[in-house]
Amino acid sequence: MTTLVEISRLSKRFAYITAVDDISFQVDKGEVLGFLGPNGAGKSTTMKMITGFLAPDAGTVRVGGRDIAEEPVEVKKRLGYLPEGAPLYPDMTPAGFLGFVGAVRGLRGDSLRRRVADTVKKVNLQSVLEQPIGTLSKGYKRRVGIAQAIMHDPEVLILDEPTDGLDPNQKHEVRSLIRNMAEDKAIVLSTHILEEVDAVCTRVIIVAEGKIVADGSPTELEARSNLHNAVTLVVRDRDPAQVKQELVKLNRVAAVECVARNGLVHCTVRPENSDSIVAAVSGKARENAWAVEELHVHRGRLDDVFRAVTTAESKRS
Amino acid sequence: MSNVWLITKRELVGYFTTPIAYVFIVIFLFLNGVFTFYLGGFFERGQADLVTFFSFHPWLYLALIPALTMRLWAEERRSGTIELLLTLPISMLQAVLGKFFATWAFTALALALTFPMWLTVNYLGDPDNGVILAGYIGSLLMAGAYIAIGACISATTKNQVIAFVIAAVVCLMFLLSGFPLVLDFFDGWAPELVVAAISGMSFLSHFDDISKGIIELRDVVYFVSLIVFWLFANAVLIELKKAD
Ligand SMILES: Nc1ncnc2c1ncn2[C@@H]1O[C@H](COP(=O)(O)OP(=O)(O)OP(=O)(O)O)[C@@H](O)[C@H]1O
Ligand SMILES: [Mg+2]
Repeated sequence: MTTLVEISRLSKRFAYITAVDDISFQVDKGEVLGFLGPNGAGKSTTMKMITGFLAPDAGTVRVGGRDIAEEPVEVKKRLGYLPEGAPLYPDMTPAGFLGFVGAVRGLRGDSLRRRVADTVKKVNLQSVLEQPIGTLSKGYKRRVGIAQAIMHDPEVLILDEPTDGLDPNQKHEVRSLIRNMAEDKAIVLSTHILEEVDAVCTRVIIVAEGKIVADGSPTELEARSNLHNAVTLVVRDRDPAQVKQELVKLNRVAAVECVARNGLVHCTVRPENSDSIVAAVSGKARENAWAVEELHVHRGRLDDVFRAVTTAESKRS
Repeated sequence: MSNVWLITKRELVGYFTTPIAYVFIVIFLFLNGVFTFYLGGFFERGQADLVTFFSFHPWLYLALIPALTMRLWAEERRSGTIELLLTLPISMLQAVLGKFFATWAFTALALALTFPMWLTVNYLGDPDNGVILAGYIGSLLMAGAYIAIGACISATTKNQVIAFVIAAVVCLMFLLSGFPLVLDFFDGWAPELVVAAISGMSFLSHFDDISKGIIELRDVVYFVSLIVFWLFANAVLIELKKAD
């Protein structure tokens, strides 16, 4: 496994706040790292330091083994970056802009034209190639931004909110684009859409107030949710209180909630310590001859975990 | 080097995709004509030379060049594209030079378009074309100094209007520093050496020499070192202020 991005003890202070506070992590080839955190957590600031736009107050960034402070140009050659909000030159056309970026990236002549054409196809820009970027819709601008980041097929891709402003179809397209590129790259993307993490990320880092508060695969993080391994049971024609009474008797059950809705009783059974209780619950249902309409186990929800770790952080300070 | 050229080309094309280029060229040529023929009394002087033509250039540049340079960095900083530009594999020096050369090349083009002036004096009389060539070279060198100042000031702000006004004021100080008005202000309390240095900083005295046909090394060195200094300051300021 090759480590392509190594960040160690990175810090950045602005006038009033410490935006990034002693952050360290690594990203390996093949990983898609989802960078999550509430507004103002320091995600964009971290990305600006990884891409060499901002100089850190402390700490180092190494990309492909090279220190960005020592070899900025070499490192930037291996990076593709979509800045937050996808800033672009409004007077240029996508064709002119991608031609410029490609040329600066060292592409010339036929290979430049081919690469521009390929990239344009990947992000569906064909219809607006000759229209000034300033007059494009938000989603198209975002796609031009993504195109310039990926056109030189960089080893490391840093994408700050890549799907912000895209329609559902385009979101889907961009996610599969990212998944398809992932194999031979290290990709870091920030997002506020938690379903995106499940869709593309192999790993998640949650930051709050400049510090890492969680780091793991999406499944690992979901397991931290207090809903992890909780069971939802829906039964017909019963009294909620009675059902609840029965379920509470089970071993290793921490809490039971039952509500009646349209003649059905919906119960959520939470286990102690995320133990697996689905067998016990279904046994109970059989024992009482409940007419079971639905029975399923929760994996846990990322947004619960997100809320738990990010609000705990702000309470502490 | 090719990166400098790529940035220069992008900026140059940028001038022509907006009305700036056309407005600038038309106004530059128009004012040159007005100043030379009416205010300068070109015909009344009865001399086959372009002395009056060149003598107005410092004042023309004062008003027009800050308009060309104001957007160079301020616009990149306001729109955030600076983040894009400075994360491309180029050095800060290349970015600064690329933008400077674009504006300089554009000014050179505008200056070249004054060639009917040269044709006119050659038609009317028998001027010393060496002197005229020196005038053009001097004018272009001086324009370079104005551009370097304007580019540097543009790096300090996100606001193009502020960039324009401050650049014009700084250029004016360089222009006036040879004038009694300014020197009197310093005289008496500032050391003599400083006063001499200030008067030696004036665009006018250095440009006057060149436009009379005498290209002296010290005048060339003066303009070139001004350009180098302001471009260096430009790079430093961008490095410091790009995050704001
Ligand atoms: N140039 C700057 N000057 C001063 N403070 C800044 C600057 N840039 C960012 N900050 C502050 O640093 C903190 C982190 O900002 P950052 O943009 O990294 O957050 P983020 O995690 O990307 O948030 P979001 O999810 O809203 O994009 C914020 O409090 C922000 O106000
Ligand atoms: Mg952000």
